Amino acid sequence: MAGVACVEQILRHSPKFEITIFGDETHVNYNRILLSSVLAGEKASDDIVLNGLDWYQHNGIDLQLGVRITGIDSQAKTVTGDDGSVTSFDKLLLATGSVPLIPSIEEVKKEGVFVFRNLDDTRALLERCRPGIKAVVIGGGLLGLEAARGLQVQGCDVTVVHLMETLMERQLDPTGGGYLAAKMNQMGITVLLGLSTTAILGNGKVEGVQFKGGGSIPADLVVIAAGIRPNVGLGHEAGLEVKRGIVVNDYMETSHPDIFAVGECVQHNGICYGLVAPLIEQGKVLAATITGNRGPKYQGSVQAAKLKIMGVDVFSAGEIGDKLDGSEVIRYEDPALGIYRKLTLKGGKLVGVILVGDTADSHRYMDWLRTAKDLVPLRRQLLFPAPAEDTGIDIAQMADSETVCGCMGVTKGTIIQAIHEKGVSTLAQLKDCTRASTGCGSCSGLCQSLLKAVVPEFEEEVKRTICKCIPVAEDQLREILRSQQLKSVQEVLEIYGNGIGCEVCKPALSYMLDMLWCGDHDEDRSARFINDRVHANIQKDGTFSVVPRIRGGVTSPDELRRIADVADKYRVPMVKITGSQRIDLLGVKKSDLPKVWADLGMPSGQAYTKGVRMVKTCVGTEFCRFGVQDSTSAGIEMERRFENLFTPHKVKMGAVGCPRNCAEATVKDIGLIGQEGSWQVVVGGAAGKKVRKADLLLTVETTEEALTAAALFFQYYRESANYLERTYDFVERIGIEKVRKETVYATDTAKQGLLERLRKSKERSSDAWLERDSPRHPTQFIQIQPLEEVFV
Amino acid sequence: MKETKMESKRWTRIALCGDIPPREGRAVKVGNREIAIFNLGDRFLAVDNRCPHKSGPLADGIVSGTTVVCPLHAWKISLETGEGVNSASASSCVETFRTRVEHGVILLELADDYREGQADVMQELPVMCVETRGTPTATESRPAT
Repeated sequence: MAGVACVEQILRHSPKFEITIFGDETHVNYNRILLSSVLAGEKASDDIVLNGLDWYQHNGIDLQLGVRITGIDSQAKTVTGDDGSVTSFDKLLLATGSVPLIPSIEEVKKEGVFVFRNLDDTRALLERCRPGIKAVVIGGGLLGLEAARGLQVQGCDVTVVHLMETLMERQLDPTGGGYLAAKMNQMGITVLLGLSTTAILGNGKVEGVQFKGGGSIPADLVVIAAGIRPNVGLGHEAGLEVKRGIVVNDYMETSHPDIFAVGECVQHNGICYGLVAPLIEQGKVLAATITGNRGPKYQGSVQAAKLKIMGVDVFSAGEIGDKLDGSEVIRYEDPALGIYRKLTLKGGKLVGVILVGDTADSHRYMDWLRTAKDLVPLRRQLLFPAPAEDTGIDIAQMADSETVCGCMGVTKGTIIQAIHEKGVSTLAQLKDCTRASTGCGSCSGLCQSLLKAVVPEFEEEVKRTICKCIPVAEDQLREILRSQQLKSVQEVLEIYGNGIGCEVCKPALSYMLDMLWCGDHDEDRSARFINDRVHANIQKDGTFSVVPRIRGGVTSPDELRRIADVADKYRVPMVKITGSQRIDLLGVKKSDLPKVWADLGMPSGQAYTKGVRMVKTCVGTEFCRFGVQDSTSAGIEMERRFENLFTPHKVKMGAVGCPRNCAEATVKDIGLIGQEGSWQVVVGGAAGKKVRKADLLLTVETTEEALTAAALFFQYYRESANYLERTYDFVERIGIEKVRKETVYATDTAKQGLLERLRKSKERSSDAWLERDSPRHPTQFIQIQPLEEVFV
Repeated sequence: MKETKMESKRWTRIALCGDIPPREGRAVKVGNREIAIFNLGDRFLAVDNRCPHKSGPLADGIVSGTTVVCPLHAWKISLETGEGVNSASASSCVETFRTRVEHGVILLELADDYREGQADVMQELPVMCVETRGTPTATESRPAT
């Protein structure tokens, strides 16, 4: 990562080099910081690629993947690869990074023991982890905690074992560590502190972990994340000065005039850096030096760390100890909210900051640290800024020199310059052009606010209103309707709208009221689209299509016979198998609908409405020789649990009995993907106007757990999405991490609430086609005949 | 009542008020054609039940004030004038019919020849509104809603 980032800078200075890059991994360079997101299923391995193959080609770089350099001859200026190749160089850049530190633990080489350092490690872990298995992470630092969270998302029962008494002790003081441990516990991750792991138990395969003093815990999987050490082997090989890392000076030069080093493998001024921002700074200096523009100096970095676990906000920068001479410490704690802030000041300047529970102000503190700002005049506003007159003003108040992206070292000024000079107008372009927001990604909000402020055409994410008739943002409107106990569309329009309404807002309000009151609202059919008045889909000639419910696509000879008879009796012009494993009778007259339904004797398939469509299934273990889960029964059960309900937009689901995915569950709104011994529940997939692979919500062991996870998401979508917002837009807008946090990882009370409201709605719902016997209105389906004979 | 032979009209008893729920429409078969009658709460309005765009059944549309929105492509038609009111539909219009309520019965004023179902030829021609709304727009385009 550091090496290629430096090459990017070199290319900016001068294209004159003929560049060859060797890497022992077989992937193009990727964003190592986001490996934990890959483990947590938030990102695919392709998503974290920093420079694709085309980038290397475009820049004329010879990329040698999977080749490990084993020898350097610094006299002859050649490098030797493990494939036997010898390559000569004018300048050599070492960016060998670091290797995991393996503590001295007995019998560490066992099946089921992993490190967590690169993409291959991550993939191996993903293959190994299964819901319900016991995972032990050794190491309670940044990496260990992120790995723990990733494993937990995959369904593992996770314990973190840490040698020290404080989690992240290099970034946090004991109090801050305590707050963090409490958060981890709250998320369901067990934290064991002050325990030294002495042995891995088990016969060839991990069975447990033993501690000093004799205690032990069971484990099916162990991840060692006890830290890293600079990978300096090649430095020795080249005869460079090596201490802990390869020693470099302020110009990033080693003890050899033509060999340079950058990143985690170097030691500058006695310090080895393991976080991304310093490495990027080093790369910039080195690029200048190596291209003959020697001048810029690297003068060390303020170390700042941010934990990337959704819902566990931790930020730390600078000094953390209390015992700094002449320093003063300012603290704020709120145990109930889990918020801890600690600032360390020296000589009126900030030298250290710890934030747990709320890291919104990290940019402000980071700027104070970097610029050594005189804080004497700000003394009263250290912990909390003076209330801004307008919350949107923060971005305007930032100085141009202030850093927006801490990882890549991009300032506000650079971003504004890119916007003005290079015509940048989207976040994607900004990333390409400045590299901002390509590290940990936590500054993307800030980048977007900047774009919003500077680019006139930037599409601001405005609070969505339904239409002009009712000028209240949709989420606000839901709250109003709930608190004001409004139950009819007309009432809502009269009080909060123009009293009239239109074809856009009336169905939207109808949905909202039905959802909010779990079906106990005043249903007004005049506010429904024709399809929802007559429970069939209107066609271009004014006739309707009829799709009976065939749960999971499983039907019977008897049902098929009835369908055939109906088609004959009512002269149905077209009988069609749909893409959803159902049968569509097209061209039915409105007045025939109730009779058709009665003759079919099957429930409505809701193919005409914004509601629960169907669950597409494969035959699973029932018949398929590859099936590992009974997807047919699971799918039918899911359809049964959700059918007859309305949703913000149509909901199509799928259940497959093995990862071959024959019923395409990965492109459904909700999908169940059977695996050996578990189910993956995926959400937000699409194969329509847009094609999108569904995101992993959760992996669970049993079908019941999978159905519950699906139910939590289903109800959350019903309650939180905008009307006509498909799950794939909803999940993308909200972000899968937040979706998880509010559904499968929500508090028990919140989960119970969702399930209870779903249960209530379900209880009040019914098969719409039963209106054949008791229509809402006498003329609902019939054509009126004039009272008076028209023909005279 | 009789002014010229062609314009001979007569009030005809069509339906009970209760047949049409508030803010909904219903189609009535009159001769070979259908007329859509809407209940606006304070009165009933009637138009030809064929959207000038693609002959959509207007009676099945959602009522918005004194307009109806065709269920097929959301053309918006004024129930008072029969004219299209959003941009795409602005140059077209449908025939309107006068209505009256007597003792809970809705009456329509129908031309004699209409009642006798002999208006087929006339009906096939789109009724163009002659007014100053600018150039007619292509009927294929979907209205901006």
